[in-house]
Amino acid sequence: MARMLQFIGQAFVYAALAVAVGYLSSRPVYQQFPEGQAQIKLSFAHGAARTEACRRLTSKEIAKLPANERRPNTCSRERVPIYVQLRVDDETLFDQKLEPTGLAGDGPARTYRKFVVAPGNHTIMARMRDSRRSEGFDYETRHETTLVAGQNLAIDFKADAGGFTFR
Amino acid sequence: MNLLRILLRFVFDRTERTLGIFFPAHWNPMLNLGALGFFFYWIITVSGIYVYIFFDTGITQAYGSLEYMTNDQWYAAGVMRSLHRYGSDALIVVMLLHFSREFALDRYRGVRWFSWITGVPVVLLVYVAGITGYWMVWDTLAQYVAIVTTEWLDRLPIFGEPVARNFLSPDALDSRFFSLMVFIHIAVPLIALVLLWIHLQRIAKPRINPPRGLAIGSALSLLVLSLVHPAVSQAPADLAKVPGDIGLDWFYLPLYPLLENLPGPLTWGAAVALLLAFCAVPWLPPMRKPPPAEVDLANCNGCMRCFEDCPYNAIAMRERSDGLPFEREAVVDPSFCVSCGICAGACPTATPFRRASDLVAGIDLPDRSVADLRTEIESACNGLVGDARILVIGCDHGVSIAGLQGPGTSLVRLRCIGQLPPSFVDYVLSKRLADGVVLAGCSDNGCHARLGTRWTDARIARERDPQLRARVPRERLRVLWAGRAGRGRLEALLGRFGEQLQAIPADASPVHKPDDREKTEELVDG
Repeated sequence: MARMLQFIGQAFVYAALAVAVGYLSSRPVYQQFPEGQAQIKLSFAHGAARTEACRRLTSKEIAKLPANERRPNTCSRERVPIYVQLRVDDETLFDQKLEPTGLAGDGPARTYRKFVVAPGNHTIMARMRDSRRSEGFDYETRHETTLVAGQNLAIDFKADAGGFTFR
Repeated sequence: MNLLRILLRFVFDRTERTLGIFFPAHWNPMLNLGALGFFFYWIITVSGIYVYIFFDTGITQAYGSLEYMTNDQWYAAGVMRSLHRYGSDALIVVMLLHFSREFALDRYRGVRWFSWITGVPVVLLVYVAGITGYWMVWDTLAQYVAIVTTEWLDRLPIFGEPVARNFLSPDALDSRFFSLMVFIHIAVPLIALVLLWIHLQRIAKPRINPPRGLAIGSALSLLVLSLVHPAVSQAPADLAKVPGDIGLDWFYLPLYPLLENLPGPLTWGAAVALLLAFCAVPWLPPMRKPPPAEVDLANCNGCMRCFEDCPYNAIAMRERSDGLPFEREAVVDPSFCVSCGICAGACPTATPFRRASDLVAGIDLPDRSVADLRTEIESACNGLVGDARILVIGCDHGVSIAGLQGPGTSLVRLRCIGQLPPSFVDYVLSKRLADGVVLAGCSDNGCHARLGTRWTDARIARERDPQLRARVPRERLRVLWAGRAGRGRLEALLGRFGEQLQAIPADASPVHKPDDREKTEELVDG
């Protein structure tokens, strides 16, 4: 009888382990995104213009360089920051100056931001200034969209493709 | 730190005791956590190999191949997939319990720092393996895991382009990323296995397999769970959507909501601080280590018993250096020695019957020698009165013997019960210092010094040298391996034992007559 009770007790312990493992392996459910909302994700990595324009080296300057490093032009290494603005309807979601990466400030500026927006029709305006100019924008894209709940709209930037892309 | 340890110890003692009601002593899951971890590792490995046969690493094919396993081949690949998932979860359970229990039992400081430190990366690698495993399913959970993980990595300013951009939109996804995940998911557990091998390097005779009954029970419970509640995928991943409700695996991903919502410097700072704290724990505070065992070459004949019995590989046998006509001599590595005294308990020269010469063992603890032990036992037994005089010999870490002394009961406490040479039991009974001896120590399989109770059992059963002499009346000896929570059992045993001793006929009491071995020794010593 005592042995039977022992077996029952063991079965209970194994069952408790199984129930705990089975339940906690997928429950309780975690709501990671608000119900009935949509998301806009703005992300890109883009190298802005150099802080100084490239110029031709003089023949004297070229002669001073080691033979294996001689080149006709010289360019500054550092890049200017990128100024980005993202507006949805009349609301500004993002308005920031993005510094170049890298210890010498010569890498691409980058961003990765997420915004929760209400579903429905929206007019999205994405603008970027990546040159040495101090006013205005070099790229500007207006996008009309209808977002549904749970949708993720990705806004990327590819200079080769002409600017902002909406996917 | 001490308070936390005491609290945890209380919880573990109670749990161990409760489980001890249902499980035979050596099956108690609390005493087999490390071995169960290995067992679950093998379940995961075997089931993982089977699942991999049917798994497709393509972006769209991965989900489909798992759906095939779960739905079309539920009886084989589906069960294997579930065993893979649930075995991994069970591994987390026993691994964290193992970590916590070693902490609670203070088995991580002093020379044991090595096992603790080498265990820390194993925990991390098990988590990495589990997280990459979820990634490979490419359902909404995988999408969530992939995005939160890469976003968290991107908070470190080391990537030129955000890694999370790989999951920006459906067309950004690349199958090569899945190949990388498969590689990590297979390579990381293999690295963990190598680390586990290192983890056990300073441990002699590690138990890496649980008792068969416990293994069968654990495997059956996972199998039944796999059949009753199979592991399934969530909805297929779609980067054009944001998954709302996620069925998180709370064993592997409990911190993901925090990683997602707290600032990067805070989460990375906390992660690094936690890792450093875990690595520093063995020295917070440093253990005041008793002096290690010392070899007395004049009394060491190189018999290798201490070498065989040392639970921490602290003793090596080297070529004889003192010219005595023996092949080997024992050498102690102080950096491995936990000063448990099991070596002294194994030494054939540590016999209390030695009178003609000083009692100096071939290997002994300098601050707790067998000579001191003999004096202490004689002194403890000196005042005993009554018809059932009992000597209780306990240890520092097992069932507490404090406060049990009385007119008919005296107490002696050792570092580890394995420190007691069995000849001391013979000595006490044959010299009639007491009518009965009780040995009380840590739980079976739960010895603080790992092997003390096991070797003591084997010595008493005459299965391991030094053996308890056959002449010792076994009815006058009781053994209780009960751990801290076994005080009640010890008190009950003492009550019963007292009555039993009184019932033993007086003429059956041991009367000491020097045997040939003692006579020879006296001749030699004299």
